[in-house]
Amino acid sequence: MQLKQAIFIFLFVVAMILFARSCYQRFSLILLGKPEDRFRPFFPRVRAMLVYAFGQRRVVARLFGLNHFVIFWSFLILLAANGEFLLHGLFPAISLFLLPPFVFLPLSFFFEAVSLVTLLSMLVSLARRTFSPPPYLTTPYVKARSFEAFLILGFITLLMIAFFGLHSTEIALGKESAGSARPISSLLAGSLAGISPPGLELLGGVFWWLHALVLLAFFNVLPLSKHMHILTAIPNCFFRNLDQPGLLPREVFVKGNTFGAGRVDSFSWKDLLDSYSCTECGRCQDVCPATNTGKPLNPRQIVHAIKINLLENGPVLKAGGKAGLPLIGDNEEGSNPENSLWSCTTCGACMEVCPVLIEHVPKIIQMRRHLVEMESKFPEELLNFFENLEQRHNPWGIAPTERSKWASGLEITQFAAGETEYLFFVGCAGAFDSRTKQVTSAIATILNAAGISWGIFGKEEKCCGDSVRRLGNEFIFEKIAKENVRIFQEKGVQKVITQCPHCFNTLKNDYQQYGLKLEVIHHSELIHRLLKERKIRLGQKATSLGRIVFHDSCYLGRHNGIYNAPRQIIKLVTDTAPAEMKRNRENSFCCGAGGGRMWMEESLGTRINLTRVQEALALKPDTLCITCPYCMTMFEDGLKDEKAENVRVKDIAEIVVSGLG
Amino acid sequence: MYIVVCVKQVPDTTQVKIDPVTNTLVREGIPFIINPYDTHALEESLRLKERFGFKVAVISMGPPNTEATLRKALALGVDEAILLSDRGFAGADTLATSFVISAAIQKLSREAEVGLVICGKQTIDGDTAQVGPGIATRLGYQQLTLVDRIEHLDVAARKIRVRRKLEGRHEIVEAPLPALLTVLREINHPRYPKVPRRILAEEAEVKLWDIKALGLDPSAVGLKGSPTTVVKIFSPERQIGEILGDGIKDPGNAAELLLQKLRQKEIIVF
Repeated sequence: MQLKQAIFIFLFVVAMILFARSCYQRFSLILLGKPEDRFRPFFPRVRAMLVYAFGQRRVVARLFGLNHFVIFWSFLILLAANGEFLLHGLFPAISLFLLPPFVFLPLSFFFEAVSLVTLLSMLVSLARRTFSPPPYLTTPYVKARSFEAFLILGFITLLMIAFFGLHSTEIALGKESAGSARPISSLLAGSLAGISPPGLELLGGVFWWLHALVLLAFFNVLPLSKHMHILTAIPNCFFRNLDQPGLLPREVFVKGNTFGAGRVDSFSWKDLLDSYSCTECGRCQDVCPATNTGKPLNPRQIVHAIKINLLENGPVLKAGGKAGLPLIGDNEEGSNPENSLWSCTTCGACMEVCPVLIEHVPKIIQMRRHLVEMESKFPEELLNFFENLEQRHNPWGIAPTERSKWASGLEITQFAAGETEYLFFVGCAGAFDSRTKQVTSAIATILNAAGISWGIFGKEEKCCGDSVRRLGNEFIFEKIAKENVRIFQEKGVQKVITQCPHCFNTLKNDYQQYGLKLEVIHHSELIHRLLKERKIRLGQKATSLGRIVFHDSCYLGRHNGIYNAPRQIIKLVTDTAPAEMKRNRENSFCCGAGGGRMWMEESLGTRINLTRVQEALALKPDTLCITCPYCMTMFEDGLKDEKAENVRVKDIAEIVVSGLG
Repeated sequence: MYIVVCVKQVPDTTQVKIDPVTNTLVREGIPFIINPYDTHALEESLRLKERFGFKVAVISMGPPNTEATLRKALALGVDEAILLSDRGFAGADTLATSFVISAAIQKLSREAEVGLVICGKQTIDGDTAQVGPGIATRLGYQQLTLVDRIEHLDVAARKIRVRRKLEGRHEIVEAPLPALLTVLREINHPRYPKVPRRILAEEAEVKLWDIKALGLDPSAVGLKGSPTTVVKIFSPERQIGEILGDGIKDPGNAAELLLQKLRQKEIIVF
C-alpha cells in the first residue's frame, strides 16, 4: 500500500466518522418531535418529491433559480464523479478506465462539461452575492450568516478547479488515456507544457489532495450549516403537507395534556425536519406582508429559531433534562418574540413560495396556541374578542338575536332540508357589519334573480370560528366547531353558499376534521357558474364601474386555489378583464386582516392595508373589486387614509348586481 | 385564611327582553354569564391569593345550572366552589339572599377563618347593590363598598386599607379584618382562563349546600323570607326615531342634517 493511499484511507475514515456523528446528533433530535403521519398516501408524495425537489419547480419560479437548478443537477451528476474519485483514492485499482471505452469516453466528456457548467454557476452565484444581492439577502440577520454561503460556494469552486487541475496535469504527463474526451483539461494541459515532469507530478499531487481534502471538508460542513438542506430538502418535499395549506391539527382536550408549542419538542417531527431544510434563501421574508411593513415577524427567522432552539435544547431534552433557551422569548437567537408571532396574517405567502415546502404558518399558530391556552398571554384587545365569541358567537359581542336583522323587510326564508337546496351562511360580517350587509343583500338579489332555492339559519347561525382558530384559541374553536357541526348535521345541510372566504375555508376544510363534509361554494364561484349557465341575465355591459382592479383574497386564492371565477365574472359583466396589480393570484399581497389580525391593533411598522391600497391606486382605478368582508374593511379604511375619495370598493356580487338586466 | 367571593349568575342582559304580558324577564334561550362586576371580585381574590397565599372559596346562590358559572370560577383558579341551591331559596329578594349567603359564610368560617369577603358592586339584572352590604351587616364584618383599589393589606396586623371611588372624589378607608368589599370594574383587568385549568374545572367538585345543610328555617328564606314585591317590570316606551338623509350614499349631507336637527333642539349651540 502506498503512503498516499494509507493517509487518504485514514483521513477518509476519520471524515466519515465525524460526518456520521454530526448527522446522528442532528437527525436523532428530529425524533423528539410529536408523531404525525407523513408517509401516506405514498405516490402523491413521490410525485411531490419529483416535481419540487428534482424538478425544482419553486426554485425556478424566480429567474435566478435557474442557477440553482444547474447546481442541483450538476451536484447529483458529479456525485458519481466524486464517488469514483473517492473509490479510486481508497482502492487505486478501481477507476473509470475499467469501463469499456464507449461508456468511459462519453462519461469523461460529460463530467468535464458538467464541471465547467458548475464552475460557471459558482462564479455567477459568488458575483451575485458580492455585487448585487437582492434586498432579502442583505438584511442584517442574513448578512451575518452569509459566511456559510461563501464557504460552500468557495468549496465547490475549489473542487472544480482541482478537478480540472488534476486532469490537465495528468494529460500533460500523458497518463490520462481519455484526453480526447476532456477538451477543457486538454486545453489547460497545453498551458502546462513548459513544466518539467517532476514539477507536473508535484502539481498533480497538490490538485489531488486539494480535491480530496475539500471534498471531505465539504461533507463535514454540510450537517453543521444551512447547507444541511442538501441532505433534508428532498425528503422534506416527500413529507410535504398534502392537505389544504395551513390546515391546523386538532388538539385533544383531556386532563394532563399540554397545548400548542411552548417547547421545541411540542412540535411534530415534520416541523423539526422543516427547520433543518431551510436554506435561508429569504423568499418567504421577501413576500411576507408583516416583514414588508416593518413588523418584527420574519418567517425565515421563525424557522431558523426553531432549528437553533432544537440544537441547543434537543440534547438536554433527549437526556430527560429541562430546556434552557425559551422557544418563545425576546430576541435571543433561538427564541421567537411574542410580537413576531402576533404579527402573522396567516396569508400563506411564505408557504406558497418556499422552494422546499416548509410550513411556516402552522408553527406560528402552534406557538400562539401555547401563549393563549397555557399562559393566557395575548394582546389585550383580544380578551373581549375571545369572550364575545365564546359568549355571543360573534366578534363584536352583539346580541345573537340581532343576527337576522339585515333580512328584515326582505323576503328571506329559513333553511329547511328538503325545501331549500342551499344554505346561505351569511357570516358575522355579512349579518352585522353595515357595509357588508349591502353585499349580503346583493347576493340575495342575485340568488333570487337566478331562481336558486336557498335559506338562512337566521338567529341560529353562529360564527364559524376562523379567527379564534388562527389566533391559537383552539379550545374555543373546538367548542364552536362542534356546536356548528351539530347544527349543520341536525338541519341536514349539504350545500352551503358563503360570502366570506374565511367561513368558506373553515366550513369546507376545517370542519372536515370534525366529520362534516359539506359542498361549500363561495358566492364568486356560484355566480360564475350561474353566468356561464345563463341563469343570470345581464343587461347592458356595466360601464359605470370604470377601471376595475381586482384583489385576491388569501383564503380564496392561495388557501383554496380560486383565482379565475371572480376575474371571469368581471370580464362577463363589464366586457373588460380587470387590471392586475403586480402581486396577483398566488403572489397576492394580504390586506392585513387575516389570521385574527382583523381584531387587533396594528401598532408596529407601517400599515399593511395602506401598502396594498397604494399598490392598487398606482393603477389609477375607479373601482377596487374584492371578494372578502375583511378586504372590504381594510380597503375602505385604506382609501380613506389615502384620501382617494373617488375610488370605490365593491364586492364581486355588487359588480354583478350593477350589470343585471 | 379564606377569601370568600360571592358571585351571581345573570342572564346576558344585552339579550334579555321583557314579556309585555306577564311583566317578567324572558329568560328562555338566553345564555347566562357571571355578573360582570363579580368577575372583578374574582380577579382581585386571585391576585390576593397569589400575593398572600389565601384560600379562595366562591359562593353562589341560584338554581342548579349555576354550577356552570362556578366551574368558570374554578377555571380561573379558585380553590373551592359552593353552590347554595334549594327549591326553597326561589324568589328571594336581597334580604333573604344576604341571609342565606351569610349563613354559608358562617358555616365556612367554622372550617377556617374568613378574612375577606369580596362582592361585585352590584348585579346587572337586579341593580340593587344591597346584597354585599346586607351580608356584611348580618355577619358584623366591616363594610367597604365601591372599592377601586386595595391600597394595603396587612394580614398579621389584620388591617386593610382601600380606596373608594365616589362621585368626584376618592376616599381612603382603613378597617380591621374580617371585612367585606364591594368592588368596581376599575379595580383590575380580569384574567383569561388557561385551558388546563378549564379542563380540571370540568371535573372539580362543586359543593351543594341546601336549606338542611345550612340548618336554616325554611320560612326565613326564598319568597317566604322576602318582604319585597315586584309590582311591575316594563321597558320605558321609546319614540321611534327618524332616518336623516342617506348615510351611505351621501354621508356629508346626512351629517349636515343631523347638525341642523341638534341645533334646532338646542342640544348643541354654536
